[in-house]
Amino acid sequence: MALTHHLTAPLIGNNPVTLQILGICSALAVTTTLATAVTMSVALTVVLCLSGGVISLMRHHIPPSIRLIIQITIVASIVIVIDQFMQAFMFEMSKKLSIFVGLIVTNCLVLGRAEAFAMRNPVLPSVVDGLGNGLGYSLILLIVGALREVLGTGALMGVPLLTTVADGGWFQPLGLMQLAPSAFFILGLLVWLVRVLRPEQVERPEFRLEASEDGRP
Amino acid sequence: MIELLVKSVFQENLALSFFLGMCTFLAVSKRVDTAVGLGLAVIVVQAITVPVNYLIFNLLLLEGAWAWAGLPDVDLTFLKLVSFIGVIAAMVQILEMVLERFVPRLYRALGIFLPLITVNCAILGGSLFMVERHYDFGQSVTYGIGSGVGWALAIVTFAAIRERLKYSDMPKGVEGLASAFIVTGLMSLGFSAFSLVTP
Repeated sequence: MALTHHLTAPLIGNNPVTLQILGICSALAVTTTLATAVTMSVALTVVLCLSGGVISLMRHHIPPSIRLIIQITIVASIVIVIDQFMQAFMFEMSKKLSIFVGLIVTNCLVLGRAEAFAMRNPVLPSVVDGLGNGLGYSLILLIVGALREVLGTGALMGVPLLTTVADGGWFQPLGLMQLAPSAFFILGLLVWLVRVLRPEQVERPEFRLEASEDGRP
Repeated sequence: MIELLVKSVFQENLALSFFLGMCTFLAVSKRVDTAVGLGLAVIVVQAITVPVNYLIFNLLLLEGAWAWAGLPDVDLTFLKLVSFIGVIAAMVQILEMVLERFVPRLYRALGIFLPLITVNCAILGGSLFMVERHYDFGQSVTYGIGSGVGWALAIVTFAAIRERLKYSDMPKGVEGLASAFIVTGLMSLGFSAFSLVTP
C-alpha cells in the first residue's frame, strides 16, 4: 500500500513542479516541442530512479558533513552516462536539448529527493519514490510541451493537426508560444488550475487585507 | 567584447530567456535585500568559476591536452560535468568562509542560500555555455561577469515587483506561485525587446 502511495502521491497531490517548486528550470526550457519534452522526461525519470537507489544503498556509509558533495558526484556520474548515451544514439536530439541534459546534475528535484527521501529510506521505496516524482514531473512537461507545440506550430510530434495559414488552412501559428515567456504563462495558468481544483495547496498569505468601510473585501 | 557583455546581460539573460536558476529565482525573491545579497554572490561565483572552468577544460580535459606528458590520445571531455561541479562546490565553500570571516552580516543574511548556489543551474549553465560556444579566455571572463550581472538584475527587479504585489488582491489560486510565474513571463517578454538592440 505504502509503495503505491509513493508512486501516485507526486502525480497531482504532491507534484514536484507545481507544489514543491523543484526542477522548474528544465521544465520550462525543453518544452518547445513535445518530442524534446518526452526525451527530457525519460532522462530525468531514469536519473531519479537510479540516483534514489544508489544513494539509498550507500546511506549508512555517507558521512553527514560531506553528504551533499557525495550526492552530487553520484548524480553527476549517472548524468554523464545518460549524456554519452544520448550523444551516441540520439545525436540530433542531444543537440536540440543542448546543455539541458547536463543540467540534470543541478536539477533541484534530483538532489531534493535524494536528500529528503533516499537518505532515510530503504532501496525499494526510494526507487519507487524516484519513479513517482519522475512521472509527476513528466506529466507537467508533457502538458506544457503539447500545448506549446500545437499552439505554436499547429503540429504535434511533427504531425500537422491544425492546417496553418501557410498551407492554405485557417490556423495562424502563435509565434509567442515558441518563445520563453509563453512557458511561464502556461505553467502559471496550470498552477492556478491545480490550486482551484485542490484549494488546500494555496500558500498561506503573509497577512490578510482588512475589509474596507463600504464592506467590500 | 562590449557586444558580448551587453548580450549576456540583456538579450541572453540566463534567468529570463534560458530559465536557468529558476528554483532559487522563485524561492529567494520575496524580499529585495536578500535578493541583492544573493545576486552579488552569484556575480562573484559566476565571474570566478567560468574562467576557472575554461582553464580546466582547455588545459586538462580537452583532447590532446596531455600531449606534453606523452598521452596525445587522451580525451577526458566526458569528465567535464563532474569537474565543473567540483570547481563550483569548492568555490562556493571558499566564498562562504571568506564572507563569514570578513562580512558576517551578509553571511547571516544569505544563510542557507549560499550553499544552494552550488546547485543553482545558472552557474553550471554558464560554464556549459562557455564550452558549447567555444569562448576564448577573455570572452569567458566577460561572459562570466555579464551573465552573473544579468541574473542578479533579473532577481532584484523581480523581488522589487513581488514586494509591491503583496498588497494586491488576487484571486485565491493565483496568489503566490502562479502569480510569480506570470510576472516572470511578463518580465521575460520585456527583456525579449532587448533582442532588437545592437550595440
